[in-house]
Amino acid sequence: MSAPRLELRHITKRYGDVVANDDVGLAVAPGEIHAILGENGAGKSTLMKVVYGAVAPDAGELLWDGAPAAIQSPHDARALGIAMVFQHFSLFDSLTVAENVWLGLSRTVSLREVVEGIRGKAAEYGLDLDPDRPVHVLSVGERQRVEIVRALLANPRLLILDEPTAVLTPQAAEKLFETLRKLAATGCSILYISHKLHEILALCHQCTVLRGGRVVASCDPTRESTASLSRMMIGAEPPRLERRPANVGPLALSARGLALPGHDRFGVALEDVSLDVHAGEIVGIAGVSGNGQQELLAALSGEDPRADAGAIQLFGQPIGRMGAAARRKRGLHFVPEERLGRGAVPSLSLANNMLLTRHEALRAFGWIDRAALRHQASGVLRRYWVKASGPAAAARSLSGGNLQKYIVGRELDAVPKVLVVAQPTWGVDVGAAAQIRAELVALRDAGCAVLVVSEELEELFALADRLHVIAKGRLSPSIGSAEASVEQIGEWMSGLWTGGPGQAAALAGGAR
Amino acid sequence: MIRLDVRQVPSLRMSVLSPIIALAVTVAAGGVLFLALGKDPVRVLSMFLVEPFNGVRALTELGLKCTPLILCALGLGLCFRSNVWNIGAEGQFLMGAIAGGGLALWVTNASAALSPWVFFPLVVVAGAAGGAAWAAIVALLRDRFNANEILVSLMLVYVADLFLSWLVFGPWKDPLGFNFPQTVQFAAATEIPRFVRGMRLHWGFAFALVAAVLMWLFMFRTHRGIQLQIGGPAPAAARYAGFSSRAAIWTTLLISGALAGIAGAFEVTGPMGQLTPHVASGYGFTAIIVAFVGRLHPLGAVLGSVVLSAFVIGGQLAQSRVGLPASVSGVFQGMLLLALLGCDTLIHHRPRLARWTWRAAP
Repeated sequence: MSAPRLELRHITKRYGDVVANDDVGLAVAPGEIHAILGENGAGKSTLMKVVYGAVAPDAGELLWDGAPAAIQSPHDARALGIAMVFQHFSLFDSLTVAENVWLGLSRTVSLREVVEGIRGKAAEYGLDLDPDRPVHVLSVGERQRVEIVRALLANPRLLILDEPTAVLTPQAAEKLFETLRKLAATGCSILYISHKLHEILALCHQCTVLRGGRVVASCDPTRESTASLSRMMIGAEPPRLERRPANVGPLALSARGLALPGHDRFGVALEDVSLDVHAGEIVGIAGVSGNGQQELLAALSGEDPRADAGAIQLFGQPIGRMGAAARRKRGLHFVPEERLGRGAVPSLSLANNMLLTRHEALRAFGWIDRAALRHQASGVLRRYWVKASGPAAAARSLSGGNLQKYIVGRELDAVPKVLVVAQPTWGVDVGAAAQIRAELVALRDAGCAVLVVSEELEELFALADRLHVIAKGRLSPSIGSAEASVEQIGEWMSGLWTGGPGQAAALAGGAR
Repeated sequence: MIRLDVRQVPSLRMSVLSPIIALAVTVAAGGVLFLALGKDPVRVLSMFLVEPFNGVRALTELGLKCTPLILCALGLGLCFRSNVWNIGAEGQFLMGAIAGGGLALWVTNASAALSPWVFFPLVVVAGAAGGAAWAAIVALLRDRFNANEILVSLMLVYVADLFLSWLVFGPWKDPLGFNFPQTVQFAAATEIPRFVRGMRLHWGFAFALVAAVLMWLFMFRTHRGIQLQIGGPAPAAARYAGFSSRAAIWTTLLISGALAGIAGAFEVTGPMGQLTPHVASGYGFTAIIVAFVGRLHPLGAVLGSVVLSAFVIGGQLAQSRVGLPASVSGVFQGMLLLALLGCDTLIHHRPRLARWTWRAAP
């Protein structure tokens, strides 16, 4: 057998007193899809940064094709043929997709060649992407596609993917898996970071499990089950979601014939969206990212107050023209999809970030009672197991999953009457995700109306009492999640419900 | 080729030290510059760095220069943190000077018997109103028509300057002033009270220091202050929280306009004692540098104004004593700003010598 494409031996990396990686070793064969499994803070990201040259290890060595290699910068890594798709995207909002990709390429390539290259790769791997769209109008899912295509354009020999399916439909994830299998068949090795156990079972040939910075297991996932993998990862099985049937109360939040033109020619226009969320139930909205979720959420939260006043009602009151603060005062809280820069201000402390949505620590004339604010923030950190040095830590110093716990915790702690949540557990590890879901169910049982917009079907089926699907800016009728099947919801995601946009196109003879 | 890599964690110590390092670099480069001009670098540098602080009289003169710089820089720091680019503090300063000077002129002509301590709060209100009204034009155009506030505020500087000229060449000209373009000397009752007889330093300096502390409390201890600072770095978070960007534009511009206007009113009722076409002396523009040297922080603005005032005074000394061109003072200020920006870049980035490659990436 030939030498492994990549081999790590005894990699150790310390940050102060924290050992992020402790004597980590692994080997990836050519054409192998190798999973790195672990909870948030288990050291996956640090290890990948070592491979990618963004972090220098304190000890250990790295072998490339059997020969020792010194990767001192991402530039060295790219020169060897290592490409990486990060969890946090590095895209310039004001540039188009093609221009963003162009930035990382050699100057001898023309923009037109890049556009063609993107179209080619996108078609080859079934990734729906328009190279001429500006990045600021793209959803998180679409931005990730840009990063994936950018990595593929380099024709890598080792591709590192950090939670790539977080925002894909099951069908799209399956397509991505086909892409990755195709890529692996050409001899490219893949390092696949995830904590979605079923994906690892379905996709990967090898699996290295990290816990607390150490390798706790190295296994062949095809011989494992989700339960056994989960035990390796967190040392115990995740608690099962306990749920009683919904005790549905009066109508809380509703939309009637909500229509909004898109913000620009690439935005998705909402058409005739009607929706009811009652107290004491969880309503889920499924859909592929970029089908109007962002627009619907902004209209519901009040960030986009252009709707007709009566088109959105809260406890029977028209709120379509109210801003976010006024709606929050009436009991409508919202957890947005983007954590940094929207749900939290990166440069501000966690305590000051409480002030975005919480005003309990304010005294007369808006004077901030700092002790009360710190106390409030510490309470959220403690109750929702946020790993942070304290309420004075800047929001940007937290990992994505921890910041998500903090933001969800901040809104749950407000005891809202209506909670609108986008991607409640995106990037959050299994244990914390189970905890967030349990909290949402508890909130429902306490009589809160909860609307969950998610691109993870599994989560929606576990959480929601009723499901809608959004496609091309239109909302499907609702269906009880007990009666719905994954296949049916997947079809609806393409707009194929009676009267849906896909159906209309099919009836008109248009190709889908 | 030198490449700049982003540092993972910028050092907190270095970001505090950066203004000091920048000052050291400026001094070193300035020394070389003065040497090249054929002057004794030690002597000239001491004019910039030692003499402005040497003795009580020098210190009071320094405080006098600091007063308008602190007031203008406080407001600008607030604006810049809120992503409102008010470049026209000079114009707001002038309108405050016209309002404060107009009030003083009225009191002088009416020969009202007034204690300077009664006039002091009145002139503060007049200056604030003048400056805030001028800044309100910027806010209105930005709010209603989305007009670029950088251009509008800058252009209004020249309008204010010409308006002042029209006043002192025309209706407000001293009838007994041999046709010089200036108003009468204001009555003694309108003079800002001074700390010590015989020194020009007045109570406006204390006002500026109090304003700096109040601004610090406002920015970091009140909800409104935090709200204003979120609109700049994280507009989506401000929208999410429901903070109004319109309110931010109006609040920051009115506050900074009022502060610059007060500075202008102090200047004409303090050291000048009359209105002339030469009220505009660049304080509003120098305050932009002060605000950045002070890290857009209210207490930093006080320190920054000390540095820049020393540079201004040093420039005047160097001009009168060793015949250094007046523009050298400007060059020196510019070098400080450049060094500061350079240090800032190096705090957040690590320079690295990279091999020159024709193809940056495969």
